[in-house]
Amino acid sequence: MSEMFSKKNLKLLTNPLGDDNPITVQVLGVCSALAVTVKLEPAIVMGLSVTIVTAFANVIISALRNTIPSRIRIIVQLVVIAALVILVDQILKAYAYDVSKQLSVFVGLIITNCILMGRLEAFALGNKPWPSFLDGIGNGAGYGMILIIIAALREITGSGTLTLPGLGELRIIPLSFYDMGYANNGLMILPPMALITVGLIIWFQRSRSKHLQESN
Amino acid sequence: MQELINIFIKSIFIDNMVFAFFLGMCSYLAVSKTVKTSLGLGIAVVFVLIITTPVNYLLNEYILGPGSMVWISDSFKDVDLSFLSFIMFIAVIASIVQLVEMIVEKYAPALYSSLGIFLPLIAVNCAILGGSLFMQEREYESMGQVFAFSLGSGIGWLLAIVAVAAIRERIKYSQIPAPLKGLGITFIITGIMGIAFMSFMGIKL
Repeated sequence: MSEMFSKKNLKLLTNPLGDDNPITVQVLGVCSALAVTVKLEPAIVMGLSVTIVTAFANVIISALRNTIPSRIRIIVQLVVIAALVILVDQILKAYAYDVSKQLSVFVGLIITNCILMGRLEAFALGNKPWPSFLDGIGNGAGYGMILIIIAALREITGSGTLTLPGLGELRIIPLSFYDMGYANNGLMILPPMALITVGLIIWFQRSRSKHLQESN
Repeated sequence: MQELINIFIKSIFIDNMVFAFFLGMCSYLAVSKTVKTSLGLGIAVVFVLIITTPVNYLLNEYILGPGSMVWISDSFKDVDLSFLSFIMFIAVIASIVQLVEMIVEKYAPALYSSLGIFLPLIAVNCAILGGSLFMQEREYESMGQVFAFSLGSGIGWLLAIVAVAAIRERIKYSQIPAPLKGLGITFIITGIMGIAFMSFMGIKL
């Protein structure tokens, strides 16, 4: 047990939350990240789905890593990922139909989410299943974390509410504020603001950890 | 004809792959350092998109969609294979990319060497799979519409990446706060360009 959660393995879990974050540092998986962050609920569901798919795809590919011929590995990886994504999609359609409608094509686009291919290529192909599993969970969580931060910021400023799974819409900005002349910032709901929010998160992160800064 | 032109213009400007749906952002951010390479990647994306989306349309129309296999026999009219569409679409895309790569290498070596590593990378570009999935979701009615949609989406993506690469080439000489250099400022530029593109949104075609 202690070996399974050794320091090295725990690092796999925690690094992607900070200095090795898939979105802000490795620049993987930006594609689907931004379109689902208008409300908090789809962002949480998306983060969870990606975490599950990444973790299990990592385990499967890592278990098969010595038998996959390297020439056709991309197709093998895509098939494994696509099968997992179909499972997630069917489960969402069965148990969370509204959210699955909101996510529309973006569940399917998990297949081409660069986090998956990136982690499979960079980690699972060279490591044992257990560390790969932790790496998958860590990267999925790092991705989900950024998604949740962006979604929470956009929903509070854009609609004044927070939508949590199971709880429905919670009002964060009290209605009395609106009577005094407060207005929602409609710009935050529009897609481009997601990009600018990520830009600001990167700014914040890189001004704290200076070694991440680029030279030009 | 007018309808096709409408779809074409709409998918370039109003439903732009990058600015409205954030598709293909990974390669968009990674490759947009110079105009020359981004032009190469953009052309490759247009090329692959106009081949894969129509092929996936045929697949969807005659095999995957609900009741689409009636042409084989009437007993198939209740069959709905659309849950398989992700895996079929991505398999088609991956194999077509491989095929295109081999054909281009054989018959147009100059184009091949200029596209270089970009061709294989396109298999995992979300804009390509996104094209097929949007085609399925929006239920286009004819091959012509699908073709107009895929050509427009490809050109919209090309436009976006070339524009941002040109801005990035210039911005190298500006004074940017150190933590924003590189990735951060590119995100913000893309956001501002996205706001500019939103001015097309009121247009009804």
